[in-house]
Amino acid sequence: MAAAETPTLESSSRQRPAVRRRQPLASRVAKRGGPYLLILPSLAVIGVILAWPLYNLFVLAFQKFGLPQILHMSHPKTGKAPEWVGFANFSKAFHDPQFWSTLQRTAIFTAVNVAATLIIGTAIAVLMGRVAKSIRLTLTAVLIFVWATPQLVGLTIWNWLFDQEFGVVNYVLTKLHLGHFLHHSWYTQPWQGFMVVTFVVVWGAIPFIAITMHAALTQVPEELVEAARVDGASPLQVFRNVMLPILRPILVILTSLSIIWDFQVFTQIYILRDNRPEPWYFLISIFSFVTSFKAHDYGYGSALSIITLLIMAFVSIFYIRQLIRISEDQ
Amino acid sequence: MSAISARGERAVRKPAVRSKKAGGVKSKHGSLIANVLGVLVILVMVFPVYWAVSTSFKRGLDMNKATPEWFPVPGTLQHYVSAWHKDFFLSSLKNSAIVVSIVVVVSIAVAFFAAVAVARSRFRGRRAYIAIIIGIQMIPQTALIIPLFVMLSHAHLQNKLLGLCLTYMAVILPFCVWTLRGFVANIPKDLEDAAMIDGCTRTGAFMRVTFPLIAPGLIATSIFAFIQAWNEFVFAYIIMQNNDKWTASVWLASFITQQQIDWGGLMAGATMLAIPIVILFMSVQRFVATGLTAGAVKG
Repeated sequence: MAAAETPTLESSSRQRPAVRRRQPLASRVAKRGGPYLLILPSLAVIGVILAWPLYNLFVLAFQKFGLPQILHMSHPKTGKAPEWVGFANFSKAFHDPQFWSTLQRTAIFTAVNVAATLIIGTAIAVLMGRVAKSIRLTLTAVLIFVWATPQLVGLTIWNWLFDQEFGVVNYVLTKLHLGHFLHHSWYTQPWQGFMVVTFVVVWGAIPFIAITMHAALTQVPEELVEAARVDGASPLQVFRNVMLPILRPILVILTSLSIIWDFQVFTQIYILRDNRPEPWYFLISIFSFVTSFKAHDYGYGSALSIITLLIMAFVSIFYIRQLIRISEDQ
Repeated sequence: MSAISARGERAVRKPAVRSKKAGGVKSKHGSLIANVLGVLVILVMVFPVYWAVSTSFKRGLDMNKATPEWFPVPGTLQHYVSAWHKDFFLSSLKNSAIVVSIVVVVSIAVAFFAAVAVARSRFRGRRAYIAIIIGIQMIPQTALIIPLFVMLSHAHLQNKLLGLCLTYMAVILPFCVWTLRGFVANIPKDLEDAAMIDGCTRTGAFMRVTFPLIAPGLIATSIFAFIQAWNEFVFAYIIMQNNDKWTASVWLASFITQQQIDWGGLMAGATMLAIPIVILFMSVQRFVATGLTAGAVKG
């Protein structure tokens, strides 16, 4: 990298000898070291706060660590010292049918939620460009309200709206003659329960996606779209061949962020299921949390977290490469 | 942006041309179908928010009814009074204000430095740095809670605002760096070079030309950081366990107990806490909407 930069530096200073005289050796050293000085503070904060917990997570994953070990930490004479067990926690996961069913559920859940979020978010962004100004402003304000709602409050409200006894959703659906929903419980059938969860997750994610996509859409030059239409392109062709290439970088970023966020969905299900999610509502994050803090098998719980992390990393290799490529094109 | 397209429209008044407008183009009135859809989206999105605010004004007996009371009439301000006087409201508000301002100012400054480095120079280790920044966002938060808590209590940072600030920064920084990188990269280096040819130093060119153009990006990113820090609950709940160290969102959760939920109080509290964000967001909304992806030369 540095080697590639040097010739351009020299060629530009050859064009402007005056600049070279004003930049002595010290400042050229500063330029080399400059980027490192600039990223140092961020690395320091991230390192101080995240490195040690992350290291601990890895250590725990290779240990047998339960209640006796916790006791041992505070009172060294009681309990038992943590015991190294190698890959036992990981092989336990691979032989655990619940792990596989949870993983499968998480994968399907992520796919459905990411697709729904992006499609609906983009549709709303396109819509924002086509409605009257007053409606666009109202819509923007509403999206901001939703964004500004604390997650805890939003989830508590949704839990109330889907309530079996006093839920407004049941009342409205019945009044609209869409079926008998009075006293309908949304969580006895897992697929209905997950529909509610998806609805709530998408509701919370839409403001960010829609506002960003709307901003991105305003960047598509009108002339290009107009020219393509004059040449006889159908709306679909215009979208695929003109708009998509321009929107691609932002779409890649939004997709990867959505995958990262939806794969780790935790709070939504935890609160919608009144802090006691049934095993058939477990996603991998909840499985890991319950294993650690309810079953007190911290070693196994940490191993599950590490597996999550590795899956995310594997899935995202493509995106990370794409992001690095985007950042190098600019 | 909207000024430009409005001007463009006045130039081409022919209806035939207007009916052909593209998706990203804003027409003055929009089509009927689009407007109806728009209103529907508004209703679905806003309903929970409306329900929260209207509940905060409802009398207790109007809240849980088989036939919902759609409007808080006759209303009451009682929940606001009781929420205001509930223990630790003002102290948790103060804690939140301190934490949020420190986190936003420091994270944006730190993220901005890093963004400039990543966007403007090709240094050795740049890819590794980007991989770290993106990779961090993949760590499951629930997995970090306990080791983080243990570490902070060893360092005597538990129940300290500093501990919470550092935690928030570590969580928020990656997103800020990545977003700001996009803004910096969007501004052509030619602009800086031109300023340097006109006699500015590199720093001078950066401060006078690039920095003002990045301002919308800084504002948009700050808003994101602000919302994240203001609404964050899990870390605050774990790290700030003393009552007088609560942040606003932890205080809000104290309306929810194992036995019951104080709906009126919770919604009144939530409404009061949302006001600063909404005011802030509305006042800079212009920058957020155009700033998120805006380029320098076009704007």
